[in-house]
Amino acid sequence: MPVIDLANPTRFLTVVNRVLPWLIAATVILFAVGLFRAMNAPDDYQQGATVKIMFLHVPAAWLGMFGWGLMSVAALGTLVWRHPLADVAGKAAAPLGAAFTFICLVTGSLWGRPTWGTYWVWDARLTSMLVLLLLYFGVLALYWTAEEPGRGARAAAILSLVGAVNLPIIKFSVDWWNTLHQPASIFRMDGSTIDPAILTPLLIMALAFTLLFVTLHLAVMRNEILRRRVRSMRLIQAQELHA
Amino acid sequence: MSLGPHADFIVAAYAVTLFVVALLVGWVVLDYFAQRRILGDLEERGVTRRSQRKG
Repeated sequence: MPVIDLANPTRFLTVVNRVLPWLIAATVILFAVGLFRAMNAPDDYQQGATVKIMFLHVPAAWLGMFGWGLMSVAALGTLVWRHPLADVAGKAAAPLGAAFTFICLVTGSLWGRPTWGTYWVWDARLTSMLVLLLLYFGVLALYWTAEEPGRGARAAAILSLVGAVNLPIIKFSVDWWNTLHQPASIFRMDGSTIDPAILTPLLIMALAFTLLFVTLHLAVMRNEILRRRVRSMRLIQAQELHA
Repeated sequence: MSLGPHADFIVAAYAVTLFVVALLVGWVVLDYFAQRRILGDLEERGVTRRSQRKG
């Protein structure tokens, strides 16, 4: 099947129904392996066992940003091509991105107390991540409060594109400003500074979380397509009753 | 496996993550069955989408 055929919602539903069980199975297996490796990873020489929070915090941070990136790409599809599936993809990514950004902030706070001595500081990385969560709430409010879905979708798409400015700010905040948050330690030009005994379980957990995001995203898209069918059928029913 | 003196923070981080992920999964599953049920009810009442109509 050509990829372009997936742009048809009915064909998209057929493919999603076929791949979801496999994705769920792969996610469960990866989480089982990742959690086993994470629990058996050695303690950090400075942070002790609190380094285990990293296996949740870092993937959640990546996915919080990934969700917004996905919404920005979908926003182009909504604004330029006005494709309904692009709007569905953007709307489905918003609650997931918000949830992972929330997890990132809470786990970071719980990690910060024993390592930094405080739950929260208004430094550039933490504040820009909080701004991302507030932006997610803004997009969700636009989707949920719009009386006409199309108008809500366009407003949310514009906010998604404008809000994408925050992504490089989050990424480079630790380089541009003097922050309490540590600088990049995984993806660096001179290689990761993390020991393989900790890096390997981190990457497995990151892959597991990413698969979880993809699985949930496809499932939420499926629900949204069904919801739109319900809406259009109710409109038809109302028109027939008034005819 | 010992979680050391800061075990409470580690357990809390995993518990919050599990709770949020469980909420997401629960919402997705319940929403799916709700939409399927409503669609089924509408189809039983003879309501069809325009694309499903013949002629």
